[in-house]
Amino acid sequence: MAEWPLRDKICMVGIGTTAYGSFPETDSYGLGAEALGKAVADAGLSYDDIDGLIVNRIPSYDRFAEIVGLNPRFTLLTETPGRFSAISLMIAAQVLAAGEASYIALVYGNNGRSQRMMYGGGAGTWAPWGMTSPGAIHAMMYRRHMHLYGSTSEQLAHIAVAFRKHAGLNPNAVMRKPITIADHQASRFICEPLHLFDYCLINDGAVAWIMTTAERAKDLRRPPVYVSGFARQDTLVESSTPDPELWYPALERVAAQVYDRAGIARDAVDGLMIYDNFTPTVIFSLEGMGFCPRGQGGEFVRDGTLELGRGRLPTNTSGGHHSESYMQGWALIAEAVRQLRRDECGARQIPDCDVVQYICATNCATSIIFRR
Amino acid sequence: MASPTAYRKPLPTIDVWNKPFWDACREHRFIAQKDNRSAHVWFPPGPVCPTNRSSDWRWVDLSGRGTVWSWVAFHQKYYDGFESEMPYNVATVELDEGPRIMTNIVNTTNDKIHIGMRVGVTFHDVDDGLAIPLFQPLAEGGR
Repeated sequence: MAEWPLRDKICMVGIGTTAYGSFPETDSYGLGAEALGKAVADAGLSYDDIDGLIVNRIPSYDRFAEIVGLNPRFTLLTETPGRFSAISLMIAAQVLAAGEASYIALVYGNNGRSQRMMYGGGAGTWAPWGMTSPGAIHAMMYRRHMHLYGSTSEQLAHIAVAFRKHAGLNPNAVMRKPITIADHQASRFICEPLHLFDYCLINDGAVAWIMTTAERAKDLRRPPVYVSGFARQDTLVESSTPDPELWYPALERVAAQVYDRAGIARDAVDGLMIYDNFTPTVIFSLEGMGFCPRGQGGEFVRDGTLELGRGRLPTNTSGGHHSESYMQGWALIAEAVRQLRRDECGARQIPDCDVVQYICATNCATSIIFRR
Repeated sequence: MASPTAYRKPLPTIDVWNKPFWDACREHRFIAQKDNRSAHVWFPPGPVCPTNRSSDWRWVDLSGRGTVWSWVAFHQKYYDGFESEMPYNVATVELDEGPRIMTNIVNTTNDKIHIGMRVGVTFHDVDDGLAIPLFQPLAEGGR
């Protein structure tokens, strides 16, 4: 089979992140503008170089471009769910490969904390029965997983504990106080069987990435991080109700493509960034990519498998959505880049980090493999 | 204005495709669209059969029976109208005719609900213009 044409052709060359927390004095435009400024400087570029712009979670692409003074030749606003972080990256890679832009800035800004965002309530197909919120869908899916495979709530606790431990090594993380398995189990139910500590944070902040071609990336300020491969498979049929296969077939299809496309084997992955909106997605992601057999994700994450310095698959070394910041995949991908640069992560650096894989288990399942 | 007994739960969002469903609920009939050629039954209602994209379909009465696929209990308040029932349950029910829906399991307690449980439809009359389909346990072995 011919090599995937985009393999190692596109690079992440600039990263900018704001502080994370509650910032009612600004908004997603203000936060996004700050992150963009940092990313442009990090790349060693000027605003005049930026000729592509993708904005996410910021309400208006034209207002944002007006604020930061950009007239790109490619501009796009992507949908708000977190699955669109990887999708935005994939679109940018394709636009760059097609020559429709030279340097694309991708900017995410979220002020959900200061807006008291609930991620539930309102109208919807199932609202008459009180069914609402992404967390409840995951609770429904994980109950099914428990039924089919004998997995437990306690197994999810190991995920939350590992990510909190990592956040303790990240000065920019929102939640840094260590938690125990018992703390997780004692935390209140939000939507049973999921506890509070199975849920991600809600906070304000912004992330920006600058992407360009591998050719152009050579001359920039920081060493390039290569987008070696990516793949996506959607599960939209009958998606008004939870997928009876828990997204496994889609993830399996993504796994069948992403390693081949990157030319990198699963065993060569040094660290993972897993979209952790709720702890069960970590299990779905690990099973779907084949790190463990289907149904055994709960057992797999016990005993520190995902913990830096302990397990063989350090995962969400920043603390992830559970403990660093809920930046809907954007900060996880920023962390992947920083890990691969090897000089920005301090105490949370993965030793000899060559390859990091991002995985997002949703009804638009995605994965991206990055290498240095 | 609102009396203490006023119905405070969210009301359905009626569109051109689901209006016949909600009209039937008012008469305590539980219906769905069925494709005339493929015999596929689907929910929520839509303009064409999602398997063969045909608009040659009709509304059919369903058995109103199904099996609990999974369920959750809400401890967090998202709707004022459900607050007094917390932790209230929501189940995904696989109907005998194929489609999966989400609903509340009533006339039982949360500790009795389990995956694989057989349930059947019942209706809560909100007023003359609206009835909400809910599900309740069928006797064990209930078909």
